[in-house]
Amino acid sequence: MTNGSYALKARSHPSYVAFILHRVSGLLLAAFLPLHFLALSQALHGEAALDSFLSWADNPMVKIAEVGLVLMLALHLGCGLRVMALEALGWTSWQKSMVAIAFGGSLVAGTFFLLRVF
Amino acid sequence: MSKLKVSVWRSAGSGAQEYFDVPRKENQTILDVVTYIQRNLDPTLSYRYACRVGMCGSCAMSVNGKARWTCRTHVDKVCDSDALDLRPLENFPVVKDLVCDMQTFFDKQKKAGGAFLGAHTREDSVALIKPDSSGRMAVDEAIECIGCGVCYASCDVVKWKPDYLGPAALNRTWTLVKDERDTRRLDRLRAVSGDAGCHSCHSQMSCTQRCPKLLSPTHSISGLKREVSRAALKGEL
Ligand code: SF4
Ligand code: SF4
Ligand code: FES
Repeated sequence: MTNGSYALKARSHPSYVAFILHRVSGLLLAAFLPLHFLALSQALHGEAALDSFLSWADNPMVKIAEVGLVLMLALHLGCGLRVMALEALGWTSWQKSMVAIAFGGSLVAGTFFLLRVF
Repeated sequence: MSKLKVSVWRSAGSGAQEYFDVPRKENQTILDVVTYIQRNLDPTLSYRYACRVGMCGSCAMSVNGKARWTCRTHVDKVCDSDALDLRPLENFPVVKDLVCDMQTFFDKQKKAGGAFLGAHTREDSVALIKPDSSGRMAVDEAIECIGCGVCYASCDVVKWKPDYLGPAALNRTWTLVKDERDTRRLDRLRAVSGDAGCHSCHSQMSCTQRCPKLLSPTHSISGLKREVSRAALKGEL
């Protein structure tokens, strides 16, 4: 095995994965913010501008991206709750279950949204 | 008898892995493997150990990429194949081969306020701590640390931020903050509340995952975070 794959293996435990997901989902959410503000600002340009934006947002690719967005939001929330439980309540032994709940919860939220969108 | 193909970090020159064939035996520990190499194949190999029974904390190294104590790690437990990769602990400077320099690690324990200071003198009687008192229960595991450095070698925050006091030092401070005989609680909380202190921990828990004594430095660190916040809210810090 190479050095890199050893390093990866050493870090593949639930808490480390949760740490990474927390960061990545946070960054992706931050990257989405400008788009969000752009959408809101369309409303300032009147009904027509907003409507054309909203109809663009109806195309399936955008919908799929939205599912991803909800997933990211749920993941970020779940991972945040994990850290808060760990730090504020000292729930160390619950860690693995918290991670599992975070994953499960985000999948359920993502799927639910997926079903409603189409 | 099957053989282990052992790749060992040698520090000569700019350093490289060197390969040795070591006969595989039953109940063989990683420490047995390096001892075999040094006694039979290359007497210049340097590594460190003392107690051989998991008490002294001197034998840790990186085994197939994970920091472990080697005297109590069986080859069978860590080898799926017959390949073994041994390196000095990560996040420590190397003295020679598998021996790393623990100076900074122990200096950080001092920096974190790790030296006990009680009010009793040797003329006083021994303090009686009730086993079921909340302070004693809170550190029941944490006081078992053997200072092996496995957690420190496994922590990515130590890697990214060399000043970070690290899991073992913070764990030690936690045991003193909860010690009812201790007289320097606030000094200790101050020592761990800076940029290099407990708040830098990202709760990745690699320390807890790897600690051979099955302690949870993460738990101790989160305890410190709460104590520091509480003291700050009360205006004590
Ligand atoms: S907390 Fe565990 S891993 Fe860290 S130094 Fe102590 S015994 Fe070793
Ligand atoms: S929980 Fe904190 S101290 Fe332990 S490995 Fe993670 S970042 Fe380091
Ligand atoms: S030799 Fe003492 S802990 Fe391994």
